Amino acid sequence: MKKILVRKNAYYDSVFLMLATKALKQWPGIKEAVVAMGTEVNLGLLKEIGLLSGEAESAKPNDLVIAIEAETGDAAEEACRIAEEILKKKSHGGGEEEVRPASLDGALKIFPEANLVVISVPGPYAGREARRALNKGLHVMIFSDHVPVEEEVELKDLAQERGLLMMGPDCGTAILNGKPLCFANGVGRGPIGLVAASGSGLQEVCCCIDRMGGGISQAIGTGGRDLQDRRVKGRMMLMGIEALKRDPETRVIVVLSKPPAEEVAATVLSKLEDSGKPCVVHFLGRKPPGTRGSVRFSGNMEEAAAMAVALSKGEEYRERWRAPLGAEMARVAEAEVKFMASEQKYVRGLFAGGTLALEAVALFEEEGFRILSNVRKEPGLALRSPHRSEGHAIVDMGDDVFTLGRPHPMIDPSLREERIAKEAADPETALLLLDVVLGYGAHGDPCGPLAESVAKAKAQVAGRGGYLSVIASLTGTEKDYQNMAEQKKKMEAAGCLVMPSNYQAAVMALHVIRKVGAR
Amino acid sequence: MNVRKINELFSKELKVINMGLDSFADNLRREEVEVLQMDWKPPAGGDKHLIALLDKLDR
Repeated sequence: MKKILVRKNAYYDSVFLMLATKALKQWPGIKEAVVAMGTEVNLGLLKEIGLLSGEAESAKPNDLVIAIEAETGDAAEEACRIAEEILKKKSHGGGEEEVRPASLDGALKIFPEANLVVISVPGPYAGREARRALNKGLHVMIFSDHVPVEEEVELKDLAQERGLLMMGPDCGTAILNGKPLCFANGVGRGPIGLVAASGSGLQEVCCCIDRMGGGISQAIGTGGRDLQDRRVKGRMMLMGIEALKRDPETRVIVVLSKPPAEEVAATVLSKLEDSGKPCVVHFLGRKPPGTRGSVRFSGNMEEAAAMAVALSKGEEYRERWRAPLGAEMARVAEAEVKFMASEQKYVRGLFAGGTLALEAVALFEEEGFRILSNVRKEPGLALRSPHRSEGHAIVDMGDDVFTLGRPHPMIDPSLREERIAKEAADPETALLLLDVVLGYGAHGDPCGPLAESVAKAKAQVAGRGGYLSVIASLTGTEKDYQNMAEQKKKMEAAGCLVMPSNYQAAVMALHVIRKVGAR
Repeated sequence: MNVRKINELFSKELKVINMGLDSFADNLRREEVEVLQMDWKPPAGGDKHLIALLDKLDR
């Protein structure tokens, strides 16, 4: 029994719609449920699953489509009633008296003192809204992705002309004046200023800095393409560095990026050398060269944080922990492999943060392991299918292939739960390596459901006479609303080794996999 | 390089217009940031040709 409803001119945001869809799908007697806006892509998806007919065929991006396939007519009716209820709750939420203007002009009439616009509307519309905001003298953060690179260049040129921030597109994280924007953590304030072309990377470094007792002046996001794409040429990164150079609160500058284009990296480094402030640079997946003037390079994200904290206290960074910690890790690894079955061989990394995945991949590669991953595009290094692990594999589950029509794994843990079960069913899986991102934007209790799937996976492997090692790290701080200590406890109670940073989790995994290989 | 307004922003209180996901505005409110949530809808009903025309007029 199919039931399809269209509500004209009723717009809802994508995260809300995906969560509504998920809630309906869990209802008894429901075979398929979609609650989505009538965009071309969504209508295509509905057609593919045989749920496009009648009024829905001519739905517009402003129209809401509710499509249900149920075992009985009653179940379909009931699902529609529930959908209406969820939608009603949403339209009544967020304060009865709140005025919500439909246009930027309208918003500025009510709120003329606004100084920043955060844009998370669908990518094809984000650019035009950002252009308007910049033209009105407002700083901009675009969270949305799928904004063409040509448009990004045009927007960043406009921002340079006007001397404004143009963070993004695809900028997930920023902390301005101590206030976390989009996906960001609660951190103490202090003299370390950051500019980053990586969302989860910026979160990880900020959290490490906070844990080490350092503080943050500003954390500016640029969007992932700023340094990677030769056409963008680090436009926002260069402006960010200039602003931190002039900022009296900032005494140390940290720059972080996924592998940058060679010539863009060179421009950024000369800019940093001219800043007159001590700087720390971490380019992921690149071996750190020696110090260059006032610029030091770190080998991983935790080290970038440690260097910055030391410099902010007027000290030189000295590597203190590696040797003793290495011995302790080797001892723990020995215990982890003791009860593994002989066919258990491989590490399987399941990540919510793209940069966190990349950091783990880079470490294993550096140590001579062949890792297959969807963060790698090169033939021979990329997974044949991101949905199936082979050999040593590390998967970024925040990749578009997983999130089309589904919430990002940082928001909804169920995507990773399914994959954990799949890895546990593979007799060759020896170790699961996980990240957990806390803070604003992320799920309210990410470790609750994750710990449950870890416990189930471990029991399944134990049931066939093996042992599944599970290693994780939490990107978060004690100031995050999820309660970091509680979250950590949940993972540990499920038998998971929780390490203080993503890098250390990857190092621990490396120790275990080496022991596995030495058996 | 002109970044004066960015440095000015660093010494001001953030005042945010949020266009899109409601949760971003809710989070900012929890941090005591003044924020105005917009009721954003695709312009011109999402009609690509009309939007292109509107954009031409806008420039």
